[in-house]
Amino acid sequence: MSDKKVSASKRNEEISEDMKVLDDFTKSDYKWGFTTDIETDSVPKGLNEDIIRFISMKKEEPEWMTEWRLKAYRHWLKMEEPHWANVKYPHIDYQDISYYSAPKKKPELGSLNEVDPELLKTFEKLGIPLEEQKKLAGVAVDAVFDSVSVATTFKETLKEKGIIFCSISEAIKNHPDLIKKYLGSVVPYTDNFFASLNSAVFSDGSFVYIPKGVRCPMELSTYFRINAQETGQFERTLIIADEGAYVSYLEGCTAPIRDNNQLHAAVVELIALDNAEIKYSTVQNWYPGDKEGKGGIYNFVTKRGACRGKHSKISWTQVETGSAITWKYPSCILQGDYSIGEFYSVAVTNNFQQADTGTKMIHLGKHTRSTVVSKGISAGRSNNSYRGLIRIGKNAEGARNFTQCDSMLMSDKCGAHTFPYIEIENSTAKVEHEATTSKVGEDQIFYLNQRGISTEDAVNMIVNGFCKEVFNELPMEFAVEAQKLLAVSLEGSVG
Amino acid sequence: MLSIKNLKANVEGKEILKGIDLSVNKGEVHAIMGPNGSGKSTLANVLAGNKSYEVTEGEIIFEGKNLLEMEPEDRARDGIFLAFQYPIEIAGISNATFLKTALNEIRKYYGQPEIGTKEFMDLIREKSKLLGMDEALISRYVNVGFSGGEKKRNEIFQLLMLNPKLALLDETDSGLDIDALKIVANGVNLFKNQNNAVIVVTHYQRLLNYIIPDFVHVLYKGKIIKSGGKELALELEEKGYDWIKNEEPVEQNL
Repeated sequence: MSDKKVSASKRNEEISEDMKVLDDFTKSDYKWGFTTDIETDSVPKGLNEDIIRFISMKKEEPEWMTEWRLKAYRHWLKMEEPHWANVKYPHIDYQDISYYSAPKKKPELGSLNEVDPELLKTFEKLGIPLEEQKKLAGVAVDAVFDSVSVATTFKETLKEKGIIFCSISEAIKNHPDLIKKYLGSVVPYTDNFFASLNSAVFSDGSFVYIPKGVRCPMELSTYFRINAQETGQFERTLIIADEGAYVSYLEGCTAPIRDNNQLHAAVVELIALDNAEIKYSTVQNWYPGDKEGKGGIYNFVTKRGACRGKHSKISWTQVETGSAITWKYPSCILQGDYSIGEFYSVAVTNNFQQADTGTKMIHLGKHTRSTVVSKGISAGRSNNSYRGLIRIGKNAEGARNFTQCDSMLMSDKCGAHTFPYIEIENSTAKVEHEATTSKVGEDQIFYLNQRGISTEDAVNMIVNGFCKEVFNELPMEFAVEAQKLLAVSLEGSVG
Repeated sequence: MLSIKNLKANVEGKEILKGIDLSVNKGEVHAIMGPNGSGKSTLANVLAGNKSYEVTEGEIIFEGKNLLEMEPEDRARDGIFLAFQYPIEIAGISNATFLKTALNEIRKYYGQPEIGTKEFMDLIREKSKLLGMDEALISRYVNVGFSGGEKKRNEIFQLLMLNPKLALLDETDSGLDIDALKIVANGVNLFKNQNNAVIVVTHYQRLLNYIIPDFVHVLYKGKIIKSGGKELALELEEKGYDWIKNEEPVEQNL
């Protein structure tokens, strides 16, 4: 695995320059001498039971957790990497990966003046606030912006309501009952190759518990999580909304994510009890690889939510613009009667990116409803696939699903594919599927040009219009960021 | 305002315009008529800078500028407006957003500040009233789900909102019933003044009953073969295009 992976927000010529700058910027770490490898907290490459015990020990986990990891590992050994997705990538040598390294400290610079102006320009384009820029660029946060106090206020508000929001490692130590009850209850360690691997070696992630009847007063975002370091390679997230609770959770951010790890296999589990609602929004902007498609992140994620209770609701909204390969199907298991599952997705691929993404809606309870809106945008030589399963169980009286799958092509060399699977065992079910494919038309662009709008802006407008229904589902600020991100991601992709 | 000299243009390698000469001054209304396939729409699209059309020869000077060197968006900002024969749908973008963006691009081009929300809404109210348009149309997506008549009316609404120097109407009358035709024509007449100009491209004479042209040009096989006053349109209506098909191209003395 290469040790210098930088991430950028777009993949066109102009930006490959930005990427070079980002690359230089990363390299410049050496100039300040911050990467001297004094941390002995990393393990040698390869995976075996000792490594797993080491990881568990490093995290000061109780014995039962270590055992759980080992069970997952033993199961994983018997599994084979799946290859049914419509993506191609070179063979991954799982023994050539280092599975643990302590979170590294980013080098601290004195002020933004020391940051490469080109990097700042990229931030500027994305409209990242100044203080956040500093944080991302590794500048010491000054006294004016007291992040500690912001975070403290935030934590206190949550505490008053009895909400638990911490890293999963902390939760394992401090809330073992909840972990024992819910971890792996939606995505068991036997679930699939990547989920099993994650269960064995997960490094960190978030834990959220919203108690009965509590409506979480703010959007929860990893941004505010104390101890939040670099995105983990094998992240594990568990969110539980008890009866009548509500939470909106934001994952990721629009800023380019730099990461040294090529393989990412996260697991996210959501549990909604009676009358509870979880809204989970993701903006993913990981390094997609260079213009030839080299070096991007492989993102193999298992995300699943269980609507356990009556009238519960889980809603997934995702905007996926990064990664070389995305393999991701946020799903809902609709167990509780009258429960609701939703999936709103925008997946953008450019250059040589490949995305195979979609959802599964498993209707088990009576009168369960699900809505799927998927917007795939392909540019360059990329491939974008929607894969969705709608299953109506035999007891799911009166279940309904509506699926709308739209693809937009930005070039002649890209591809859009749709693989809908529908399995119905109850005759009262009502399932609708609509699909469209369109090409960004020269006629549309000319029409906007003719009203004084530049081609770049015209494409943004057309694409944003195309994604409107999904953006509407995002929390306001996130939606604005997502629009900008899309603009940056597709810059120069038509013509 | 506009001077076209020996303009030749191809579409997919086929020569459609074979040497057009035309001069348009401020305050004038010109009608370009001609049978199907004569090159009328090509002329309108070439003026607007549609890249599906390749200009092989000739020049177009607009307000002293070489139009052929300008990108379509700059031509638009500089004051050329094309009312499309087939207005395009843009899903997910409201008419208001679209028009505000367009208006601000034009203002930016002239170094003016962006239009304020109230000013913009007032303008919308004023112009939509002139066309008897439902204000609700403004919050709908650009041309999506519009009837043919609504689309054409929306083009004229945009014309009034953007207030260009030169309006090109490409078969704006096609597909309109007589009531819609009157509304559209009325809109164009409201636009028209001594500082701007209108080029009406049409197959039929009937629009010219409502938008009275100062000059009528007959385009046939990529050339202007006859020019005259408004009475020429009536003559064509009466005698059909066969009547002049054998005429030699004329030199214009406008």
